[in-house]
Amino acid sequence: MSPTDASGSRPGVHGPDGRHGVPVLSARGLTKSFGTNQVLRGIDVDVRRGQVLALIGPSGSGKTTVLRSLNGLETPDAGTLTIAGTGEGSPLAEALEIDFGGKVGKRERAALRDRSAMVFQHYNLFPHMTVVQNVIEGPVQVQKRPRSEAVADAERLLERVGLADKRNAYPFELSGGQQQRVGIIRALALKPQLLLFDEPTSALDPELVGEVLGVIKELAEEGWTMVIVTHELAFARQVADEVIFMDGGVVVERGPAAEILRAPRQERTRQFVKRLQHDV
Amino acid sequence: MPLDWDLVWSSFGPLVTGAVTGTIPLTLASFALGLLLALLVALLRLSRNRIFSGVARFYVSVIRGTPLLVQLFVIFYGLPNLGVKLDPWPSAIIAFSLNVGGYAAEIIRAAILSVPKGQWEAGHTIGMSGAQTLFRIILPQAARVSVPPLSNTFISLVKDTSLASLILVTELFRNAQQIAAFSQEFMVLYLQAALVYWVICLALSSGQSVLEKRLDRYVAH
Repeated sequence: MSPTDASGSRPGVHGPDGRHGVPVLSARGLTKSFGTNQVLRGIDVDVRRGQVLALIGPSGSGKTTVLRSLNGLETPDAGTLTIAGTGEGSPLAEALEIDFGGKVGKRERAALRDRSAMVFQHYNLFPHMTVVQNVIEGPVQVQKRPRSEAVADAERLLERVGLADKRNAYPFELSGGQQQRVGIIRALALKPQLLLFDEPTSALDPELVGEVLGVIKELAEEGWTMVIVTHELAFARQVADEVIFMDGGVVVERGPAAEILRAPRQERTRQFVKRLQHDV
Repeated sequence: MPLDWDLVWSSFGPLVTGAVTGTIPLTLASFALGLLLALLVALLRLSRNRIFSGVARFYVSVIRGTPLLVQLFVIFYGLPNLGVKLDPWPSAIIAFSLNVGGYAAEIIRAAILSVPKGQWEAGHTIGMSGAQTLFRIILPQAARVSVPPLSNTFISLVKDTSLASLILVTELFRNAQQIAAFSQEFMVLYLQAALVYWVICLALSSGQSVLEKRLDRYVAH
């Protein structure tokens, strides 16, 4: 599951290859309105290779919209997005640049999805497929990798998250925590440049949160580049390198996780952190 | 009134033959074509293009708002006035397919809408195109939801094909009518015809249960 061994087919995508810290993603001036409600008012986001960025903020602050924009699930009205190329010899060697002010169609959204994969709050596993079928669906159907290879990868990933024996189970037979772990490896199996998490534990019973956070923490240690929308401030402090605090569609404050969560400079951040204090 | 058992036994042959060579193939062909048409109409109806969805809505409205017998007669007896002369079988298949297309389109549309939006998003996030997501993720789940109502349509169709006797298609009911007219045993023949229809529908109902069980294997009970 480590980015270096799982991504054999995409050399230089992640991990300790001497390129750690290179910018992977850079978004500038993202804006988005739903009707008259402006949810993003000019957001900049930068993520470097191997970095974990946590997006925090009250509901309605726009953090989920930012995350979904990175995966083409929402299309901002304006702004630009650049995702670095992955180096020579890889299918994604070239950098991807999208100007949301211009025409953004299927092709741009598809290109975004080639580079990132989302883990959803409500898992969104395919209920009519078994666990292993869920995990190999993207690699086999979209990336056209040989089925035997995809299955072998999936089995290795399942073993890593302790679900090898659930290989042929249907999602309804799993607990929420187990389903979310499958959700995570379904994303991992695609070997994306960027892993995106949309409140990955907020639909879980409290006693199941730990097992999912544990997996995400391992991924962070292995050097995956991740953007996480979360309400778990203690967790954000443990795994995130950087935190962005959003409110009302703007970035209120950003900086190293320890700094932002322990000693926020802005009053709005202070209040938010204080309200969730029992978490920290 | 003594029952003419010889007539009863000797009539089953032509009735079953009518079912096997008329009613059943007519039902199967019309249902298969009708389902394809219904899928297309459902997708048009769900399309964001107003012209597409308008055309689909109009079609469904006409089919559901007019009697099947009238549809059948327009195609078989009406079209020749416009220079289009069709034989009984093609006329019947066209009429029944169009009819199934209208009813099943609404069923399929509702079934597609019943699949949560998160399933589309999950398909997209693993890199699938809209068509891939539709065929691999959405329709298999919609199929489960639509089996009971589509089975109703299918079973109704078996019985509705008896109307084809009125445009000279040789099927179960037409054979019953002919023997009845000849023997004057109307009650016996029509009850026999009813019995054969009922047996076909019983078989279909049990097929439906098997299919439902199979498709239910991935949901909690």
